[in-house]
Amino acid sequence: MYVVECSQVTKRFKDTAAVDHLSFAIGQGEIFGMVGPNGAGKTTALRMLMDIIQPDDGEIRVLGKPINEQVKNRLGYLPEERGLYRKITVAESLLYLAQLKDMRPGPAKERANQLLTRVGMDQHKNKKIEELSKGMGQIIQFLATILHDPDLLVLDEPFAGLDPVNTELLKNLILELKRNGKSIILSTHMMNQVEELCDRFLMINKGRAVLYGSLDEIKSGFKSNSVFLKCDPIPEGLPGVIGSKSHGSYLELFLDGSTSPGDILEALVRARVSVDRFEVSTPSLHEIFIRVAKGD
Amino acid sequence: MSKTLTILKHELRQTLKRRTFILVTLSIPLLLLIGYGIYQGVQHWTKPSEPEQRTVGYVDQVGIFAEYITQGSISFVSYGSDEEARGGLLADDVDEYFVIPEDYLSTGVIHRFTQKSEMEVPGTIQRAIQDFLLSNLLADDIGSELLERAKAPMYLNTVQLDESGEITEESEFSRYFLPVIFGMLFVFAIFLTSGFLLQSVSEEKENRVIEIILSSVSSRQLLAGKVLGLGVAGLAQITIWLVAIKVFAEVASVNIPILSDLSISPGFIAVGLGYFILGYLFFAALFAGIGSLGSTARESQGLSGILVMPAVVPLWLNYFIINDPDGMLARVLTFVPLTAPIAAMMRLSRDGISSLEVALSLLLLAAAVVFTLWMASKVFRAFLLMYGKSPGLKEILRTLRAA
Repeated sequence: MYVVECSQVTKRFKDTAAVDHLSFAIGQGEIFGMVGPNGAGKTTALRMLMDIIQPDDGEIRVLGKPINEQVKNRLGYLPEERGLYRKITVAESLLYLAQLKDMRPGPAKERANQLLTRVGMDQHKNKKIEELSKGMGQIIQFLATILHDPDLLVLDEPFAGLDPVNTELLKNLILELKRNGKSIILSTHMMNQVEELCDRFLMINKGRAVLYGSLDEIKSGFKSNSVFLKCDPIPEGLPGVIGSKSHGSYLELFLDGSTSPGDILEALVRARVSVDRFEVSTPSLHEIFIRVAKGD
Repeated sequence: MSKTLTILKHELRQTLKRRTFILVTLSIPLLLLIGYGIYQGVQHWTKPSEPEQRTVGYVDQVGIFAEYITQGSISFVSYGSDEEARGGLLADDVDEYFVIPEDYLSTGVIHRFTQKSEMEVPGTIQRAIQDFLLSNLLADDIGSELLERAKAPMYLNTVQLDESGEITEESEFSRYFLPVIFGMLFVFAIFLTSGFLLQSVSEEKENRVIEIILSSVSSRQLLAGKVLGLGVAGLAQITIWLVAIKVFAEVASVNIPILSDLSISPGFIAVGLGYFILGYLFFAALFAGIGSLGSTARESQGLSGILVMPAVVPLWLNYFIINDPDGMLARVLTFVPLTAPIAAMMRLSRDGISSLEVALSLLLLAAAVVFTLWMASKVFRAFLLMYGKSPGLKEILRTLRAA
């Protein structure tokens, strides 16, 4: 079962389409990356998933149903534009937001205490948010997102502005949720986080899907037919090599269409040279992102 | 519905905790107490002190003024001649003296001698001398009853009649001040609470909590919860004020007679409640819409000021409404939703409005409430998530048309 199914979703603001015929699906227990340059339409797409704004066209099903109030109660949303009530205490804010997800006050209080203890902020629960640091406020907001034990979490740039300690804390919390079978949508600019955390991802640019699939699938689609090689000496006359480029300590060999990296490895073994490094070249997600965003 | 209730409770709790709300709510009972204290103080300090015993000498050159030498706190001492009396004055035997000359009966002239410089003859002295003279002149010819009347011929009691010849039992106080006071309390309560609503909406927009909330509830639930929550706070406030005024009037009317004119009939309260609720809903919806437009609380407050101006027009024009509650101006203001609550309350407290007019104006106001609520929920939804720059009038109109 898919936890999210979007088909041909379109949202226009004035005359420009912020989201343009976007389709994707997210499986249960998946961390799904949503990447794209600024203004690509990520936040608009997420807001439509949260039923904060309605699509002009297309269909969205969340947790197997069109979004209704019961569905909303099982979603957790950490918006990109972050903020909390400044004049209310941490405990009060958490309780109010949990009640808006239809949680009873008793269990909500209990769980808030558990979570605050888990992140080591128990002693701050009766402080006002304005008395806390920005990073602490952000962690509190994350707790508000997961307090009602949602089945689907939508996190819009959750790591923005966090110090390394809090980044690590948040990362662990996210992985813990995944282990508990929760599905998570992670919208981010930071490609290393996608590579580290996400199972599959969607890249949007100008409101359209430009890449969609698992990390491996997409990377293999972008690999140039070349290998990185470091060995001594470099054997002459390897079959199917049509060029080479030096990267300092190692060489990149470009192969013709009928030669696979395996053929080269075989030839190297046959030539009995000692190999320090042999790697099929795949671009990092960062490079793919830049190439796609530039319209390559 | 349960989420609307959650929002209602949250907003109510937050409002009741606001310092401004507590201060303003308590200010009316406090002002009444202070006012009462000042009144009592003034009464105490200006209360005429125990009349001073005075001795006044006189020289009777006519020869008929020998009796009734005590008038109130003043006693009269006869002297044989002007010189003797002057001697008595200089020796401090008397405080002052006067001479009744021989031709007094034909001229009425009395010569008074005193060492004090004074702006005018003290009332007590003047009255005492008059009574002394009158008593001596008339006592033998008329009875004591007639004499008393001659001394004080009347105590004036004025009664005001209305067009049909009925006695109108209202003072200038209840005529002019009551409508204005009620109007002002109304304006105060309505704008204070809808101001809080504006603040609550624009604060949530400014601190971006709005996005989290809208991912849990619909914009309509949010609007309803906020409007109702603050409405309950406003009702509580005006109830406290009315009860305070009522209790104060009961207690203080013993000492301040003018307050016994202050009566609030159940009908007045019922209609007042209707106007308060509808008036509040009207402004609350307007302000909620405005709160969603500005990107900061301050900006939204600026926008709302434009609407407060016309609403208080009836207070500026209070003279015309009170003096002519049936007039064209008063009627027009009763039917314009912006000014209706205040104008109607002012006319109502002057009894200058027919029940048909009340019904019609309430109906118009209710229709306006439905319309503004509908409009507010549209604007609310469209602009709550728009940060940065406030939308122009054109954009707002386009949104409403598209809805």
